[in-house]
Amino acid sequence: MNGTRALALHLGVLALLLALHFLAPSYHHTNIARIMVLAIYAMGYNIAFGYTGLLSLGHALLFGAGLYGAGLLVYHADAHATLALIAGVLAGGALAFAVGLLALRTAGVAFMIVTLMFAQAGYLTILYFGSYTRGDEGIVIPRAARMLGSLDLSDDGTRYLVALTLFAIALLCNLALVRSPFGRVMVAMRENEERSRMLGYNPFTVKLAALTVSGLYSGLSGAAYGLMFGYVGAGLASVQYSILPMLYVLLGGAGTVLGPFLGALLMFYLIDYASSVTDAHQFVTGAALVLLVLFAPKGILGTIRARAGARGAEWLP
Amino acid sequence: MEFGPFLLLALMEGLVTAAVLALTASGLSLVFGIMRVVNVAHGAFFMLGAVLAWFTAQWVPGPPAVAFAVALIVCPLIVGAIAALADTAILKRLNYEPEATIVATIGLLYILEQAALSLFGPDARPVPAPFNIRLQLPWFGYSGYKLAVVAAAIIVLLGVWLILKHTRAGLVMRATQIDRDTARAFGINVDRVYAGVFAMGAGLAAIAAVLIVPIQQAHYLMGGDPLLLSFIVVIIGGLGSLRGTLVAALLIGLSDGVISTFFAPTLAKIIATLVVALVLVFRPQGLFGTRTT
Repeated sequence: MNGTRALALHLGVLALLLALHFLAPSYHHTNIARIMVLAIYAMGYNIAFGYTGLLSLGHALLFGAGLYGAGLLVYHADAHATLALIAGVLAGGALAFAVGLLALRTAGVAFMIVTLMFAQAGYLTILYFGSYTRGDEGIVIPRAARMLGSLDLSDDGTRYLVALTLFAIALLCNLALVRSPFGRVMVAMRENEERSRMLGYNPFTVKLAALTVSGLYSGLSGAAYGLMFGYVGAGLASVQYSILPMLYVLLGGAGTVLGPFLGALLMFYLIDYASSVTDAHQFVTGAALVLLVLFAPKGILGTIRARAGARGAEWLP
Repeated sequence: MEFGPFLLLALMEGLVTAAVLALTASGLSLVFGIMRVVNVAHGAFFMLGAVLAWFTAQWVPGPPAVAFAVALIVCPLIVGAIAALADTAILKRLNYEPEATIVATIGLLYILEQAALSLFGPDARPVPAPFNIRLQLPWFGYSGYKLAVVAAAIIVLLGVWLILKHTRAGLVMRATQIDRDTARAFGINVDRVYAGVFAMGAGLAAIAAVLIVPIQQAHYLMGGDPLLLSFIVVIIGGLGSLRGTLVAALLIGLSDGVISTFFAPTLAKIIATLVVALVLVFRPQGLFGTRTT
């Protein structure tokens, strides 16, 4: 199959985001930088949920691993932000691997509850070690520590471009992953685990690998979020942050590469708009979850892809 | 205070926790056992019961005991009605597909919490106890109301057991639990059974909340802890086994009372959540359940 159309579409989106760097007003400029970082998290969630069929309720643990992995190093050990970023990515991947070893012995509802419980234990651990993490109040990372090499992450323009770079890498890796043979095996696990097993694939290893990749993404997003916006707090590792990527992915379209970004973009602005007219923005989140699951379980891009038939898969892998 | 009396106090506090927990968790267990639905909004139903009890206390004139009695009857009915509505409008349309229902009940949780925040406000508000009797023990005085809570929980749970085992409605519920399709073939209206069970589960949570609210104030976020603890109890007791749920509630409630008295509550919670995860991984039938497939 010829993959140039899909590549063209994804590069087009990245070009559009680069153009927005010069065009977007400052308020939206900051928002989009934040959305790109969160979209990396949602992409990671999508690799586990959308492609491999692992519905986790505990990804905040992995996001938190990146966030605190990077944040604590910078804050307590005066580590370089570059080093901290890498540490955050690895922390997310390692924790995902460890959780996967246990949690992947279960499936379905039990998997959801096990991941939820692990994430809850992680959140409580952050609170328990409040003398290092400062619990709910959180750590504010000083400006001087937020230097990625010579790049000052507290500067709006630099931050946007760094976010875009990380987002671009994540997006293109995601595209390559799902079009690789391994990506097909991930989808096979989602569609029919028993049949894949009969074809000689080991479901446990495949799912563990997918979950670990998902953890690397989540860790990257968490670490970048902490370093770029200068704040590391327990709230960012709470259960809401496990629900958030699920919401983004469901809205944008599970099992599509661009879905997580589209979902993050729309949901961010929907909540932003709702907060400006009413203070009942939680209602928007709740209603969105219920309506999506009832009327559009495939999300926006998933529905478009299904409608477009064979051509859909060429554009939207 | 010496160690002995101190332990007694901790155990009595634990007994109150266990009683309320048993009520809340049996609702969750009932819904899971019969409908195979993991209801994440269960804590929100609990919170709704407490918040409605506060409103009842505001609106019903006369002594607190009257308002309390009204709340004990009205709140579970309202919460049950909301639950039945949610079941018919949302869960039924999803065909009770497990993962979709969990996502939907998460959405429901957000909606209910927001509704409580908007209508009730962000503050914790007290509800007066129906009576204030102090039981004087040789070492310390103890609230008579708390003991009444334990008694009330036992009565309600006995009622649930009687309904399930000895009434036609209970028979229909058990038949639906064992085989939904055969039950339907025998003319049982499964949709109505499900709506009823979901309402009953939520109603049990609401009763627990009305009972606890004079001890612990009503707050729009109060559903989190009962939800987590109920999950722990239901899983350790064996998913869907009502007897296991009761045993586990007693165990967790008592040990929670003792552990939180002597150790840091956060540490106790960390250990409890990890135990639950490990139980699900290594012994999914629960500590007291027997494996059935």
